[in-house]
Amino acid sequence: MAQQVVLENNLEYLSLSKPKRVLFKLKKFFTGIPKKIGNFFTSIPQKTRDSRSKFLQIFKNVAHAMTDGDYKTRLSFLFMGAGLVTRRQVFRGVLYFLYEVAFIVFFALVGFPSLRGLPTLGQMAEVSYIQKGGGDTVTSIMHDDSFNILLYSLITIALILVLIFLWYNQLVDSLRLQREAYIGRYASDKQTIRNVLDKSYDKTLLFIPMLGLALFTILPIIMMIVVGFTNYNAQHSTPTKLFDWVGMQNFALIFAAGGDGDSKLVLQVFLEVLLWTLVWAFFATFSNYFLGMIVAMIINIKGIKLKKVWRTVLITTIAVPQFISLLLVSRMFSDNGIINGIAGNIYNAITGNTYTNISFLGDRWLNKVMIIVLNTWVGIPYTMLICTGLLMNIPEDLYESARIDGASPAKMYFKITLPYMLFVTGPYLISQFVGNINNFNVIYFLSGGGPAFTFGTGTVVPSIISVTGVGRSDLLITWLYKMSVDSTAKEYGFASVLGLMIFAVVAFFSLIFYGHSNSIQNEEEFQ
Amino acid sequence: MNNEKKQNYRSHKRAILTRNIFVYILLVLISIIWLVPFIYLVAQSFCSVYVGTYFFPYLNLDIAKDMLAGEVAAGRILAEDIRPETFPIFTLENYADLFGGLTNNPSAFANTYPFYRWYFNTFIIALITCILQTVLVLGTSYAFSRLRFSMRKGLMKLILILGMFPGFLSLVIIYYTLKLIGLQGNIFSLILIYIAGSAMQYYIAKGFFDTIPRSLDEAAMIDGANKNTIFFRIIMPLAKPIVVYTLLLSFNAPWGDFMMGRFISGGEMQQMTVAVGLQTWLTKGQIETNFPRFCAGGVIVSIPIMALFFVLQKYYVEGITGGAVKG
Repeated sequence: MAQQVVLENNLEYLSLSKPKRVLFKLKKFFTGIPKKIGNFFTSIPQKTRDSRSKFLQIFKNVAHAMTDGDYKTRLSFLFMGAGLVTRRQVFRGVLYFLYEVAFIVFFALVGFPSLRGLPTLGQMAEVSYIQKGGGDTVTSIMHDDSFNILLYSLITIALILVLIFLWYNQLVDSLRLQREAYIGRYASDKQTIRNVLDKSYDKTLLFIPMLGLALFTILPIIMMIVVGFTNYNAQHSTPTKLFDWVGMQNFALIFAAGGDGDSKLVLQVFLEVLLWTLVWAFFATFSNYFLGMIVAMIINIKGIKLKKVWRTVLITTIAVPQFISLLLVSRMFSDNGIINGIAGNIYNAITGNTYTNISFLGDRWLNKVMIIVLNTWVGIPYTMLICTGLLMNIPEDLYESARIDGASPAKMYFKITLPYMLFVTGPYLISQFVGNINNFNVIYFLSGGGPAFTFGTGTVVPSIISVTGVGRSDLLITWLYKMSVDSTAKEYGFASVLGLMIFAVVAFFSLIFYGHSNSIQNEEEFQ
Repeated sequence: MNNEKKQNYRSHKRAILTRNIFVYILLVLISIIWLVPFIYLVAQSFCSVYVGTYFFPYLNLDIAKDMLAGEVAAGRILAEDIRPETFPIFTLENYADLFGGLTNNPSAFANTYPFYRWYFNTFIIALITCILQTVLVLGTSYAFSRLRFSMRKGLMKLILILGMFPGFLSLVIIYYTLKLIGLQGNIFSLILIYIAGSAMQYYIAKGFFDTIPRSLDEAAMIDGANKNTIFFRIIMPLAKPIVVYTLLLSFNAPWGDFMMGRFISGGEMQQMTVAVGLQTWLTKGQIETNFPRFCAGGVIVSIPIMALFFVLQKYYVEGITGGAVKG
């Protein structure tokens, strides 16, 4: 069994029983926190020294290129790639130069005006007016658009950083080629091609994925964080309206300060949604995990026939798109759905009384239970599939010797099967937990987030709650969705703050889990 | 002595038999629980109307009248109420409605909801996405698993952290950005978004590559192969399960994705995917008439995916057990 990687060869640890070991680990983690923080701060001087010397090295290199460089290298100060083109690396040199030209054009036309508008986010919105003498409606040509200003400013800043990086790189490269020429080694375009397929193969493979990541994930995330400091919503929607910086106002809203109505309610609703998100993620993850494992074990029992048939039946749920099965099941359990219909008929036939429909997915408490139960219907087949193969990997002689020692099946499960499975599927379990925190489909399609929050009469409900239609079974992610898509208010500013909160929660749990997962820490051991 | 042994053996056998009977009952129960919704889906797709209390449709009107005769006699149902509009009667209309837009004179329903178009959109998206995404995911995974470069750990950490942000929020920004360049409400922008996220999905394939012995690479390198050759000639042939797994997963994702599809389509009927389109039939006030059509659509969507799944099931299991977990 691959359990050797566990903790260190701590005698104290090894002498403990299983549950005590977990406690010991937890205790060690928490008592270790102050030390870790201490280590972090004591390592700062060394780290700053390291990064400072690295930083200084950059300037040294640039100065070096200035003093020792020949005219080709010095030319690259102004014209990027000049030092490469003149030294037979035409292809790369031309690419550098093209970037420079493109940047200058972009900066002059778009970048500079945007950066200038950044402090105010625009002053004049688009206006339409009817021409004198009853002509056509005319839209103002010169107008600001806060969204564009913000977006283009960020893009410009990113492009400037890339420019600096490329400029430095080509300078150092030019200097390197100059040195190599001294000893009679000349570069060529052929060498570039060879490098693309061998020495710099990582760059070749990662270029497009990382470009996609930068444009479609990193840039939007930065933009989203920035929007959190503005009042961007339906009332301040471009191009006919402008939005503006509001500082920490959106953050203050969540922590019961400012805003209209009873401001404490926002915090109360937020905490309730957060609590349900965590409760849901916990139960959804572990109910699926254990039930799926049990189903896999049942099918794996020796002597049970038609194993393939049982598995195939379960796998149909994976094969049917989730939204179809979820919407279907939510209809079956709805107030006048088939479950209530049949139950009503049976109840009626037996007692003769009229049957009142059970609100499986509408009741405040019942729907939470139902969501978790119905989620197992979706999730068990996945776990079953993963566990089936792994269960067969457990060496049979372990069970054999346990049986000879007279261990009961329950004992074998807790002492052999479970520890093995937990160890092997650790990373899977973590990703499931994080995935469930952001599980949009199950909640949105089953209950739609309902029922709505109700407050005592006379309370002034803050608009951020009333307009976004948050319900008692909403997760943070579905609340976010309602806020920015379903509701007409489009509270992007607040949504971005909520998004950061989700990030904080997920990051917190991931850090704890990842720090304790052996297979992640010891990556290289598996090769 | 011998007798006692025999008796022991017999009681043991009986215990196993009772256990097996119990297990079979359990398995049959599980199968019923998992299959009933699908039988319901198929049954409802042939109904003329959705009525909550009926699981199956009546085969035709005469049978419905016969079977409901008792109820009519008791006065609970009026005889003239037994019509296809109020009782679920078997019909193929729902399927005809889905593809009605392709005929010369489509019904009003088929005119408003171009299901065949959604189906075609989703198929194109799934096809392009699965090919490009697989290439990018495998490339990224190979780089992280096999190549050693200075940014490796940093990039992997960065991707881990980026994955913690709710991806949906950046979608709002992407939507407005696409709007700026006039690409919103377009299936190709959806493809772009799916592909751009490829790097985030390297985990499973990397886990799989990690299990392939490094000595193979080293042997090839000594023979003078460059890294590109190693990737295509050595690793790829060994990684067939993970290639099929990635293809299958990225082909299936667009069929089930609702959140992004809905947002990007912006309510434009012609640019919807099946998930977005079918959901519009279940909004309030539409359920009675449209639920059977939704079911028919669900059946049509599920068939190819199910077929693909069953054919490639072996690879799926190998890929996920080889990549998701390491022991």
